[in-house]
Amino acid sequence: MTGIHADGGAAATGRRADGGAPADGHDRGSPAEELLVAEELHRAFGPTPALAGASLTVRAGEVLAVLGPSGSGKSTLLHCLAGIVRPDSGRVTYRGADLTAMSDRELSALRRGQFGFVFQFGQLVPELTCLENVALPLRLERVGRREAERRAAEWLGRLEVGDVAGKRPGEVSGGQGQRVAVARALVTAPRVVFADEPTGALDSLHGERVMRLLTGAARDTGAAVVLVTHEARVAAYSDREVVVRDGRTRSLEPAA
Amino acid sequence: MVCIVAAMSIGQTFLGLLESTPRHGYDLKRAYDERFGQARPLHFGQVYATLSRLLRNGLVEVDSVEAGEGPDRKRYAITEAGVTDVRRWLSQPEKPEPYLHSVLYTKVVLALLTGRSAADLLDTQRAEHLRLMRELTRRRDSGDLAERLICDHALFHLEADLRWLELTAARLDELAEAVRR
Ligand SMILES: Nc1ncnc2c1ncn2[C@@H]1O[C@H](COP(=O)(O)OP(=O)(O)OP(=O)(O)O)[C@@H](O)[C@H]1O
Ligand SMILES: [Mg+2]
Repeated sequence: MTGIHADGGAAATGRRADGGAPADGHDRGSPAEELLVAEELHRAFGPTPALAGASLTVRAGEVLAVLGPSGSGKSTLLHCLAGIVRPDSGRVTYRGADLTAMSDRELSALRRGQFGFVFQFGQLVPELTCLENVALPLRLERVGRREAERRAAEWLGRLEVGDVAGKRPGEVSGGQGQRVAVARALVTAPRVVFADEPTGALDSLHGERVMRLLTGAARDTGAAVVLVTHEARVAAYSDREVVVRDGRTRSLEPAA
Repeated sequence: MVCIVAAMSIGQTFLGLLESTPRHGYDLKRAYDERFGQARPLHFGQVYATLSRLLRNGLVEVDSVEAGEGPDRKRYAITEAGVTDVRRWLSQPEKPEPYLHSVLYTKVVLALLTGRSAADLLDTQRAEHLRLMRELTRRRDSGDLAERLICDHALFHLEADLRWLELTAARLDELAEAVRR
């Protein structure tokens, strides 16, 4: 396995009452644990450099927005943090464990056990009902069907889509589908939820509902959220932001 | 912070509030603050200055006066001319703000002219805009419908600014070139 303990202990509760953190991304002795740390990531696809020196820290329980123009490397950065893409150089550690040194099997166990994912288009399995979709990550962790579906139903209710449990993804609206996807991401009580443009295909009203429910549920469970978006109104649900430009993360240096 | 009724339209807003029923100055202030004064309640001075202007222009009249001292003895009612004024105000579109005089644009150009970092300036401004947007988002999501609509109005405007900041950041090299010429 991964050698990482999902102890859910004191270190898991990181959210500070004021929801605030230094806006410049520098650690100033915040009490929250550093969950994920990326240092100087480089990644190229053929001749195209997608990341050219990206660094950031995700603390327990925070909602961190990753902003930047199209093509700047936001998704690639998220994929590196989540162990989906391996950087060419640089390091990613999750609670001190080096992702770049893990085998594919270890990475996939880590993703299943500790991470949740929400993408622009829910990526629900079309053949399964919404309830079965949400129960699926639990089933993969060998939770029994009845228990898995009980917990899935609970999460659907929490995201205000209890009424679509028996429908298939093709039979629900975009906004409902995204809320089902959020329920699926949270059902395993992950430490980090990765959300890449989770409201990209929705209008403001439905997008905001998804964001309110996603960040609310994450706060309740103490999960950190890494939120990739280019919409300011979506980023406004974060506690702080990191900006990516040309594959590099920008941090504000105090004026000399 | 969020001001939805410009000073010049307090008069018309009073007229609108008086159309359904005559009110005392204090009652008018309360009704106004409740609906429109979220960020900036009226001062009594403003209330009575506005009422005396409306009175002078024949848009309201004193409907009854109670015995005693102080300005609040009077109850005001709207006149025919006042009703006409409200109707005209509501049927005329507001002039859209052209936003052509932008302090931000000036600052960016000056930064480029003086060899300072325009990118840092834009980043600092973006962080400040986002900070306010977070605050308004929290307020909106915990507020009633009126609060939500007011915060949304402010949020859409801040978002527009942010989009401009992003676009300008993407065009800094081009702008630096143009400024140097
Ligand atoms: N699998 C891939 N194969 C080839 N090129 C890729 C791949 N993934 C990303 N890229 C390239 O890497 C760069 C960064 O892409 P990335 O998807 O990370 O940007 P982004 O900031 O998420 O953009 P957007 O806001 O449009 O989603 C782009 O030039 C992109 O074309
Ligand atoms: Mg992307």
